[in-house]
Formats: sequence, structure tokens, C-alpha cells
Amino acid sequence: MGFSKIELLDRLQELEIDYSKYEHPPVLTVEAQAKYVSSNEGALSKNLFLKDKKNRYYIVSAMVDTKVDMKVLSQRLGLGKGGIRMAPEEALGQLLQVSLGCVTPFAVINESARDVSLLLDKNFKNQTRCIFHPLSNDVSISLNTSGLDKFLQSIGRDPVYVDLEANPGVGKDQPPDLAVYVPSGSVVIPELPNKTSSTQPKNVSAEIKPALPAKPSKPVDKGKSVAATSVQSVYKNPEKFVEEILDKTSALLLSEAKGESMETLTETQRKRLTSELTHLAIMYKNTAYAEGFYAGTKYQPYRQ
Amino acid sequence: MEVYKGDEIYSESSEQVVCKVDHEIEPESSEQPVYKNESDSESSEQEVNPWEVSTKDGGKIDYDKLIDKFGCERVDESLINRVQRLTCRQPHVFLRRGVFFAHRDFNEILDAFERGDKFYLYTGRGPSSEALHLGHLIPFMFTKYLQEAFKVPLVIQITDDEKCIWKNLKVADTKKLGRENVKDIIACGFDITKTFIFSNFEYLGGAFYENVVQVGNCITLNKAKGIFGFSGEDHIAKISFPPVQAAPSFSSSFQHLFPGEENLRCLIPCAIDQDPYFRMTRDVAPRLGYSKPALIESSFFPALRGKSGKMSASDPNSAIYVTDSAKDIKKKINGAVSGGQDNKDDHKKYGANLEEDIPFKYLSFFLENDSELEHIKKEYGEGRMLTGAVKKRLTEVLIEIVERHRRARAAVTDEMVNAFMAVRPLPSMFE
Repeated sequence: MGFSKIELLDRLQELEIDYSKYEHPPVLTVEAQAKYVSSNEGALSKNLFLKDKKNRYYIVSAMVDTKVDMKVLSQRLGLGKGGIRMAPEEALGQLLQVSLGCVTPFAVINESARDVSLLLDKNFKNQTRCIFHPLSNDVSISLNTSGLDKFLQSIGRDPVYVDLEANPGVGKDQPPDLAVYVPSGSVVIPELPNKTSSTQPKNVSAEIKPALPAKPSKPVDKGKSVAATSVQSVYKNPEKFVEEILDKTSALLLSEAKGESMETLTETQRKRLTSELTHLAIMYKNTAYAEGFYAGTKYQPYRQ
Repeated sequence: MEVYKGDEIYSESSEQVVCKVDHEIEPESSEQPVYKNESDSESSEQEVNPWEVSTKDGGKIDYDKLIDKFGCERVDESLINRVQRLTCRQPHVFLRRGVFFAHRDFNEILDAFERGDKFYLYTGRGPSSEALHLGHLIPFMFTKYLQEAFKVPLVIQITDDEKCIWKNLKVADTKKLGRENVKDIIACGFDITKTFIFSNFEYLGGAFYENVVQVGNCITLNKAKGIFGFSGEDHIAKISFPPVQAAPSFSSSFQHLFPGEENLRCLIPCAIDQDPYFRMTRDVAPRLGYSKPALIESSFFPALRGKSGKMSASDPNSAIYVTDSAKDIKKKINGAVSGGQDNKDDHKKYGANLEEDIPFKYLSFFLENDSELEHIKKEYGEGRMLTGAVKKRLTEVLIEIVERHRRARAAVTDEMVNAFMAVRPLPSMFE
């Protein structure tokens, strides 16, 4: 089980690392995050989770304005021109143990991420504070790079800051300058059944690998898979389910508070809420059944 | 009742000769199948069959004539009240607004329900395109309500074979389309513990196929030609298809669901253009010793641009798709045919033509609140409310529906599709 945000924050406090915390609704993009955390608090970061052809993984954490050219990065790492791409979603869960929209340098606190290379934008060093997710996308924390460094050192890592915009060229006389940061261990992710394979981590301006092979006339495809998995998790997780119920309820109550008499308010609201919530409950039930059914198909009688 | 060559078929409901028989007919049940090809003063004005819905000069479908011609009954106020009493809940908006307006033997289903007898639901979809529009969802939304209100199981037939045959698609493609359509169907909110979805390509066989053959054995080629208009040039796959659509009406087709049950009643919610299939099925049922399936039928969802026919998947602006964004919906509704007058003064004087007004029609399908609809009807019809306001309200309502559908669909996994389509018992299907 991966570290939770609370455990991480506790760890930061133990290490006496100074940070500020901001809670907000879950966000999947920097744009959304920017709505809740103003630039006065610090510099927002964009975080890419990447993988190369030999199953080695990287987190690249950069200032939002820093241009990250994947081709150049790939060459500088000694992987050739197209050697690096977005890591698949299963890897996010398996290695970093965070959810979509939540890639963060702090994910390396997990044992499972020990072979993941972390590259930080050197521009972070000029900032008073930088903003990252502490393993959960409904919280952001801002801290100075010295704090980040202290954290990394506490888990036995050397902080690596890189000029991500540099393009020193790679050739016979110029070996790839970042090759030293390629992990020595590769990781194989076991095949998980039927995940809607999405590879759209937060706010990537770089190329986005299409999640599904191109199908003729499929209007449902574009950019849907990110939303799809987070929606699915609502129906798999009782806590998220209850949160969804409470969200819908409060949204309804707030929208209808327009001076009608209390009784009629309750009547119509109750009707609408019943219909909404029953729909949610059916999806919850179907999800639970489908998971149980799947488990049943894989069931093997215990050896005696 | 015996019918012979040379007879004139007399329709009791409309009290006139409907057509003249000019070929051999086997003496059969008392129900009179109506023959499509016969020269008939009514049939030339509008064409309604499973593969074509149109009117001669672009006018509206005359549903009264259709009911008469087909020989089904109207869903009236007393029937709706009865449904309300028996289910202890408000009848579905589609019943209240007359969307599901015709039926066959629905009263008998209600009788059975009152007695404590069970029945099951059967509906289907032909997966002809990945893009579903609101018109496609209507029978499913209504079926979901029936499942909840009466607490009965449901079988859903995905006619991937039919689309292969009629649309000349490849088998692999129709199967894939079928699975994608199943996701949209599941998103309508069916209960997996009471619902079995199957594709013909995968399920045909066993007891189901036995029924297909038995049904086919009761229908001559001539009769099939009469009902469906087949000709010598049609591939024989077409001719052998109708029994496949008929077989799910008989509970013995589903041994894993209704083991040993030979005669569980069946209720089929569908659009009225499917009536020919089930007229044929009802005709055949007694000869196989089965009870006749009951039907409850809907009118067509009007296209955004035109007043005749139904929404078509081939014209994107004729329909609201479940994948449309809020912006798309707004644009399409703004482009819909309106019954408002050309200028404000005329509009204030004469009011809107509610018969022609598409946005108002759509609201009558989808706006749950009866009193709000009444209000709009009055204000808009008498010219005090403008088309813009009606369109705005409609856009809100549709966006909510489409959004909710999209969210629900995003939650459907391939595993869930597999589970819905697995041949498995449903022990709590009547709970």
C-alpha cells in the first residue's frame, strides 16, 4: 500500500520541512489547480511520468513555463530520438501509487518507485516556493527547493536539477549529458485486465499518445479516458461514492434555495435527488457485481 | 377465422375493407396479419416498417391511422392510472405524455401482475452505428422504468446479425459495434442482477435456436413476403432473420434464466415500426403452445430539422447524440424547426404553432415536471413566451440528460459488459 498524503505530510513535519498546505476540489490539470492556488503562493509545476523502451521510468517535474521537448530529452538521456514516451496508466498506480492527475516528485517516497528516476527543473531553484501535490490531487503544498532536497535526501536520493530547456546536441564528441540519470533497474508492470488505457497525466503540452488504436468513426474517444477512470473509481470506492452523493445533494440544495416554501422545496428536491441517487446506486451495484463476476471467472479451487 | 384467396380483409377497428387478398393463405389464428404489399388507399400515404419510416409528401405520421392499420390499441388514461395504482409510483413521463401510445394486450400483463403472476421484458437494438442519439435511448429509458416499477427481469437482444445482413457490414464490425452500443445501453441504468444482454452471433444455439426453427416452420415464404416485402432478389439470410427476432418472446429460449418455464408472459417495449415482427410472432405463438407476447409501442422521436419521419443516424444535425457537448446541443437546438411566428408582433398575436414546434415537442418528451410543461404550453402557445426561452429551457434539460448519460457510460467497463452478457442465472430477478 502506497503512502497517503497524511503520511507524507507527517513525514515532512518530522523532518521539520516548512511547507504551506492548500486544500481544494480534485484537479486534473494545472489550469484547474491554478484556480485554487494563486501564483503568490509559489510556482506551479507540471509533472510528467515517462517511460522508455526498456521499461525504465522517469518523473520530470518542471515549471509550467519551461518547455520540455520530449525528443531532445530522449536524446540527452541516450535513448535516441523517440525513445521516451508517456507511461501507461497502470504504471502510475503500480509504481507511483498515485492516481491520475497526481504525478509528483513526492511519489518517490514509495518503495515501488525506487527505480524511477526523478529529474527536477533547475528553474525551481530560483523560486521562493514551488507547488506540488502531496500524493493526492485535492491538496497542493508549496515549499522551497531546500525543503524538497531535504526530503529527497532523507529517503536516500540525490536531488537532480536539470536545465530542461538546454539542447546541447548529442553526437560522437558529445555523449548524452543526462544518460547518467537513466535508472539501472528496469521495471516490468504486470498486465492488468481491461484498463481504459489512458496516458494523459496532468497538463502535458507534449505529444499525447492515443489511448486506443484508431477506430473508424468513434466519436466517444477523444480525451475521454482520463475522465473515464476517475468516474469508474467513484463506483468502486465507497468513500468516493458517498462523497459523490453528498456533492450531488448539496449542489441540489444550493441550486434550489430560491425562496420557495420549505415543504414544496423538500418534495421536488426529494424527487430529483431520489432519481439522481438511484442512478448512482445502480452503477455502484453493477460495478460491484462486475468485479465479483470477473473474480469468479478467475477463481481456482484451492489446492488441498 | 378462415381466410381464402379472393377474400377481402375487413378490419374491425376501422370498419372498412383494408385490402384484398390475392394469394393463398393458410387458415390460422383469429388475428389478421395485415399485408404490406396490398394495394390499399391508406398504405401509399405513409410507410412504416422496420427498415423505412416516411410519409408521402413530407407530412406528419398519422398515428391514428397507423393504429387502425396495424390493429393495435391506444394507451388511454384509464390504463395509465391503472399502472400508477399497481406500481405505486408516478407513471413514466413517456406514458404521461403519450410517447408510448399503443399497445397489444398490455391490460393482460397488468391482470397477470395483479394476480401475482410473473412476466419478463424483452427489447433490443440493432447496432448500426456507434453514435447513439436520443431517439435510440427512448425505448431503453422506458424499459428501465418498467424494470424498476414492476420488478421484473429483462432480456436485451443485440441484433448484430441483422445489421450484417441488411447493412452489409462485416461480422467482426457489427460485433464490435454491438459491444459499444451495449455500453450505452448499460449506461441507461439497468440492474445487472435482473438483466441479460445477448448478441445473436454469440447466443444463437440450444433452446433459443430450437424456437427460431419452430417459429420459422410456421411462416411460409409467401407470408414473409407479405409482411416484410421480400422479393426474389433478397438474400435468404433476410428471410431467415425474422424468427430470430421473434424467439426471445418465448421464455423457453432462455433455459439459464427460466429453467423449465414454458410459458412466462413477455412484454415488449419497442418503437411502433417493429410491430410487423411481433404481429407475426403473436400469430405464431398459439401454434407453438406459447402465450402471445404483449407489446407497448412508442411513436417516433421527431428529427430536429424536419417534421416527417424519424431521426436518422446518417444526418448528424437531425439529432442530438449522446456524445454531443453542451455547445453542440445548444447549436443544434437553436437550429431546430420552430413553430414560433416570424416576428414578435405576429407571435404575440397568434402564439406559437405547437404542432410544428420541435423544441416544444422535445420538452414534452423530456421535461419531467408536468406543471412546468403546462405553463410553457400556455405561455408559448398564446404568444407570451418566445421561442428563444423555450429553446433555452430545452437546452438545459437535454444537457443534463446527456451529461448524466456520459458519466454513466464512462463508468461502464469491458468487464461490466462481459458480466451483463454472460450466460448466467439471475436468482434475484423478481425482487
